[in-house]
Amino acid sequence: MQRIGVFVCWCGSNIAAAVDIETVVQAMKSEPGVVYSTDYQYMCSEAGQGKLKDAVKEHGLTGIVICACSPRMHEATFRNAAKAAGVNPYMVEIANIREQCSWIHRDRAEATAKAVVLSRTAVAKVNLNTPLTPGTSDVVKRALVIGGGIAGLQSALDIAEAGYQVDIVEKQPTIGGKMAQLDKTFPTLDCAACILTPKMVDAAQHENIRIYTYSEVEQVSGFVGNFSVRIRGKARSVKADICSGCGLCMEKCPSKKAKDEFNMGLNNRRAIYIPFAQAIPNVPVIDREQCIKFKTGKCGLCARVCPADAVDFEQQDSIIEERYGAVVLATGFHTLSLEHYDEYQYARQPDVITSLELERIMNAAGPTGGKLLRPSNGKAPKSVVFVQCVGSRDTTGCGKTYCSKICCMYTAKHAMLIREKYPEVDVSVFYIDVRTPGKNFDEFYRRAVEDYGVRYIKGMVGKVVPEKGRLLVRGSDLLDDSQVALEADLVVLASAVEADASAKGLATLLTASIDTNNFYTEAHPKLKPVESPTAGVYLSGVCQGPKDIPETVAQASAAAVKVVGLLSKDKLLSNPCIARADELLCSGCSNCEHVCPYGAVSYIEQELRIHGRNQIRRIAKVNEAICQGCGACTVVCTSGAMDLRGFSNSQIMAEVDALCR
Amino acid sequence: MVFDYYPGCTLKTEARELDEAGRRSAAALGIELQELDAWQCCGAVYPLGRDEIAPRLSSVRALAAARDHRRDLLTLCSACHHVIKRVNHDIRTDEKIRDTANSYMEGEQAYQGETKVVHYLEMLRDTLGFDELKNRIKKPLTGMKIGAYYGCLLLRPGKVMSFDNPENPSIMESFITALGAEPVIYPYRNECCGGYITVKEKDQAARTASRVIDSALEHGADCLITACPLCLYNIDVNGTSSKDLPVYYITQLLAQALDV
Repeated sequence: MQRIGVFVCWCGSNIAAAVDIETVVQAMKSEPGVVYSTDYQYMCSEAGQGKLKDAVKEHGLTGIVICACSPRMHEATFRNAAKAAGVNPYMVEIANIREQCSWIHRDRAEATAKAVVLSRTAVAKVNLNTPLTPGTSDVVKRALVIGGGIAGLQSALDIAEAGYQVDIVEKQPTIGGKMAQLDKTFPTLDCAACILTPKMVDAAQHENIRIYTYSEVEQVSGFVGNFSVRIRGKARSVKADICSGCGLCMEKCPSKKAKDEFNMGLNNRRAIYIPFAQAIPNVPVIDREQCIKFKTGKCGLCARVCPADAVDFEQQDSIIEERYGAVVLATGFHTLSLEHYDEYQYARQPDVITSLELERIMNAAGPTGGKLLRPSNGKAPKSVVFVQCVGSRDTTGCGKTYCSKICCMYTAKHAMLIREKYPEVDVSVFYIDVRTPGKNFDEFYRRAVEDYGVRYIKGMVGKVVPEKGRLLVRGSDLLDDSQVALEADLVVLASAVEADASAKGLATLLTASIDTNNFYTEAHPKLKPVESPTAGVYLSGVCQGPKDIPETVAQASAAAVKVVGLLSKDKLLSNPCIARADELLCSGCSNCEHVCPYGAVSYIEQELRIHGRNQIRRIAKVNEAICQGCGACTVVCTSGAMDLRGFSNSQIMAEVDALCR
Repeated sequence: MVFDYYPGCTLKTEARELDEAGRRSAAALGIELQELDAWQCCGAVYPLGRDEIAPRLSSVRALAAARDHRRDLLTLCSACHHVIKRVNHDIRTDEKIRDTANSYMEGEQAYQGETKVVHYLEMLRDTLGFDELKNRIKKPLTGMKIGAYYGCLLLRPGKVMSFDNPENPSIMESFITALGAEPVIYPYRNECCGGYITVKEKDQAARTASRVIDSALEHGADCLITACPLCLYNIDVNGTSSKDLPVYYITQLLAQALDV
């Protein structure tokens, strides 16, 4: 028989406001096995943990039930406290009476009754708990960074500098990401290329970093400390090891109709191309959809002019298999497609552009050589109107409900840069709110208004009307309580930031969780902001939520520190809550083998003594190093042979009984 | 195919041509319009107050009658369509309005929003099909450049009316193409003409109406078509522009193309 202590936490007023603590404490005293029941304002505090340790000593406790917040929050805390008091950590159970009770119920009597039921369920389980001892597993001293933008580069560089091997996988033909497309960066207006490209070079030259561009992660198995990953390197159709990057192939390529993605489709590129001059690697790639050779079999001009004989139309995708101790997700973002925002005429009018398109127009290496020109006729605009929050803070269902966070600052930047370079151009900005928190950010925005004379109008735009070769922007001025109509030559839309399309698939591969907007969920919104709930998977940059470059870099370095902390360990304690097959009950049906997502179950022939006779039986065997304790096998086992340590069938039935009592 | 038909008051008076051409065309297309026996004026303005029940009752009666006949309720006038469709939505989504309205109703079975409200254009698109309409045209309006004038009532609120994309509608353009004419896309086709304020602020109504005309002229329209008697009146009477722009009802040109 266990000697169980129950500790009910108030969590300040978080639990105590909705649950009558005393009722729970008293109710637990009459539960089987409970020898001690008490409460405290903050069980997780040092004093609370001290109370637990004292009670273990005083009452000779063998099992502990903590009625408090989610086990995600403090299970580890209380297991450590139990261990320090001499109780096996797996003799601790948490009854979640905060997230699953006090926070979601208003009626005090109902919440209290539910807290009692949840607590006695945990008591019923602890009665059947057995001490468990974790095993150990090795740590592969290599990290994988998925995404080669500024977030991924920073994480990789920091990990590499700490002395560990890192691989970067980037799906585009070059590293650099979105930041490579930017002209100048707020709030200092230093040029993006000047601060990004050296980092790209650092990464490319670092002895601890390998870069796989034009590559995607295809398969992931394993667990923290030991992930097995398959990477598909898409065929570039150019041999990277012998190409000198001379660019002759691109000059001669007759296929000129592909939209240049790097310049946001404002001009065309060839079928064989390097995305931009500072690309790494400086090796072209053939766009097989556009290439005349691939489409018709005729041409092959690039191969003929190549002095190094590097063009290879037969090249196949390459497969790289590698093991990693940790994975950093740095998949970044793209901007929301504005095809469906018909009121702004984005799809119909070439002079209605997105901010990222303006970024390319303003860039000296962009399609206009850095001159501000209208895409429709190549003439200089006299008036530019910016519209913020296009698709952000949008509750119509067309866009995103969240604030994209960076648009207020980059719009102020664009407005200021235009007024600086072209003082004769009128610049207006429509906004819902101007949100510029951040170091030197609000000062930056004030400068746009006060020093550069940018006209800020609080209100949204209802319609952009093409009229007599110009654009009439109709909107409301909420401060003036009037309708305004501004004549513009260029309308710039700050389209919402959206998680990259690859995020969802990678979340499935890595069992990392995502929110309704496909941003990766952090393990704890405040205390574990760079960790995914899946052990060994870390988050870097906008893939976790909209953020600007300083924040991205800070988060990328934080994620790197977490990776380095993990890789610096030689052994990891493994989860002892794993499956085990009872060989005498196993019928050899193979259900468990089929359902196991980790490939941890295999079948062996074993001689067993049954009813006094020796028999050879085919039975399930769990590989303890691979099993993750998901419990899928226990559910499909028809003979009841599979059981999960720490969550045995009898424990779960005891919980159900206690719930239904 | 038989529809219960709700013509509305204006179609019996000022907008008689909208109604009559609509009936002739439907008959020629094999669509039977069965006018409701005892319909009442829809009120022409949708009541925004959630506690205003009386102005909703005529719509509920028409809807319930169609339900009893197991038919869809067909409308033609934009204002009637707007009011009846929104009241139907209220009945479907607002328990309080539903219960109160039903307490004023005769008959045993409470009306729960069962009836589908179909605009004449939706009937042409979804029941007949624009491809089929094109086949039935006897005198195609070849060479005519027609600007579709949607106005506001058919399109908004977008989710309730679910008529077409409010920012970039296409149903009238498809209709014009089916008639053999060329649709003219112009920016103000989905903006309000200001007709509702024509009594209170005639100048403003004139300005908004003229804006529609100017915009259509700039983009090369020979004429406008509409399904709304108030829009037609406002554009025709209040609108002033350098050049005259005739405004027709959708059914007038349909009847002409069908030669009925």
